[in-house]
Amino acid sequence: MRAVCWEGKENIQVETVPDPAILNPRDAIVKVTSTAICGSDLHIYDGYIPTMQKGDVLGHEFMGEVVEVGKGNTRLKIGDRVVVPFTIACGRCYFCKEQLWSLCDNSNPNAWMAEKLYGYSASGLFGYSHMYGGYPGGQAEYARVPFADVGPLKVPDTLTDEQVLFLSDILPTGYMAADNCQIKAGDTVAVWGCGPVGQFAIKSAFLLGADRVIAIDRFAERLALASSQGGAETLNYEDVDVLDALRHMTGGQGPDACIDAVGLEAHGTTLDAWYDRAKTSMFLATDRPHALRQAISACRKGGTVSIPGVYGGWLDKFPLGAAFAKGLTLKMGQTHVHKYMPLLLERIERGEIDPSFIITHRIGLEDAPAMYRTFRDKHDACIKVVMKPGAPSGHRTHSESVSQ
Amino acid sequence: MHAEPLYERASTLGDAENWLALGTGALLLLVGASRRSTLGACLAVSSVPLLYRGITGRWPAVTNGDGRADNSRTALAGNAGVHVRESIRLEVPLEQAYRYWRDLQNLPCFMPHLVRVTETADGTSRWVAAGPGGLEVTWDAEIINEVENEVLAWRSLRGADVVSAGSVNFDRVRGGRSTQVSVHLQYAPPAGKAGALVASLFGREPSQTIREDLRRFKQLLEAGERPRATPMP
Repeated sequence: MRAVCWEGKENIQVETVPDPAILNPRDAIVKVTSTAICGSDLHIYDGYIPTMQKGDVLGHEFMGEVVEVGKGNTRLKIGDRVVVPFTIACGRCYFCKEQLWSLCDNSNPNAWMAEKLYGYSASGLFGYSHMYGGYPGGQAEYARVPFADVGPLKVPDTLTDEQVLFLSDILPTGYMAADNCQIKAGDTVAVWGCGPVGQFAIKSAFLLGADRVIAIDRFAERLALASSQGGAETLNYEDVDVLDALRHMTGGQGPDACIDAVGLEAHGTTLDAWYDRAKTSMFLATDRPHALRQAISACRKGGTVSIPGVYGGWLDKFPLGAAFAKGLTLKMGQTHVHKYMPLLLERIERGEIDPSFIITHRIGLEDAPAMYRTFRDKHDACIKVVMKPGAPSGHRTHSESVSQ
Repeated sequence: MHAEPLYERASTLGDAENWLALGTGALLLLVGASRRSTLGACLAVSSVPLLYRGITGRWPAVTNGDGRADNSRTALAGNAGVHVRESIRLEVPLEQAYRYWRDLQNLPCFMPHLVRVTETADGTSRWVAAGPGGLEVTWDAEIINEVENEVLAWRSLRGADVVSAGSVNFDRVRGGRSTQVSVHLQYAPPAGKAGALVASLFGREPSQTIREDLRRFKQLLEAGERPRATPMP
């Protein structure tokens, strides 16, 4: 089969690799009908994620049709149309039972690697380095899904791929980011980063009862989408002093909750942002936590800072003193996708949210290498790329919705 | 998981004793070296075992270690030998965990260095492991303590190449909601041919080896299968 493979920093290639096979009783094989490039794939592309190996199949947002089922899997049958959560979970350990699915004890075959770095290992992930299990990803024609009797969500034929594909990761991720904010009626939520997760966090914050959402980014098309689709007020951090603006907009109190939907490769125009760039470029630091620092500074006393953005290592100049002084709550972590998928599918079916509004590019698998670069550089107003493994090379549609 | 490898440290008073040895050793070395006399030299030399004790946490071995005892009773008496303690928690009934472990032929399912374990009628068992160079290593063991759903303990019989003993405790934890399995493994310190054998069985980090064994045990019992990303096990 054809698959999108990582061959090194900024080196993505579409290669012919062996078809996946059933390895365990609870497995299933899915013929991928739609898959997407995630912002967190760009951290791999840029070489920030350790324990990647040449030839690794990328991709953790995918859906498709079940074509093979292991003998221990009685829940799925051939022909089922399913969306696959990017976190792999056994469904039976302490963490799965506690609804902490992304912290599953039994799904990472390389748990010892993560234990060396983090003390304990979280769940295995599709296509996201060997520290997270070394599972081949879903940017391919076929994918093997472990523990497929608890993960994949069956979706009705009345919904299109594009309406349900993002249940695999970014929609639950944006929703959990807002859920972690413990929003009360009247609250104002500030969201750093208006990529797909930020867009869904904005929508979710309103769904969960926020009164106002303030979106922060530097790309006009992303801010426009946050405003037109999400109903957020927007701040371009290249034009305004974000801390100052947030203070003014909230009567000097600060936002009740702040969401960092940026993660470890934050950009910024302030002194600390350039300091981060210099340090990481010389391998003296692992992450660039500029957005997170600002979120902590901006948050009101007793508020919540929710972090869906990915961090990997040791953060420099982390303002824990400010977080302590203001009595902040920090909530973070990989998304418990299994927990949120069913309720978000219901919201999609009820028409409360149509996640397809973020899609800007539709391509075939063969065009992935060029599109990784376009997405990373935010060229061509690129916000979200969906790939159809069946589509021919050169096939490309640019969405109308964001060209305004 | 709880990891607490104990390498002959049980008899020490811990860090305080190490620091005392290190301090005394350093003092002897300083005083000895500053006196350019026979007495000074003696003092300096006498600091060596103290410094060794202070740095490594154990007294230097006086024998060459080749006097390996093949009797688990003497080789592993008291606190002798290498001790490894590891434990893990599972969300399965305690009885299920005990039953699976007590059926000794299941052990190779989660201890990949074992080829097979067979129980004989007289209460002993024959253990076959994959040794260095593709050779099979065999030894006999007996169960010395067995309390159903509580504890299982065994030791190798006289004449075994691998002198070892161990126990597994099964406990209800979290108010009876979860099961905890705790392994205490002892084996004679590596020396000579048997040393190489033991090293290959338990790896360079015995506690890590046992921890991985327990992880596989948990995966099999909880998830019903071991996670794999590739066709190779």
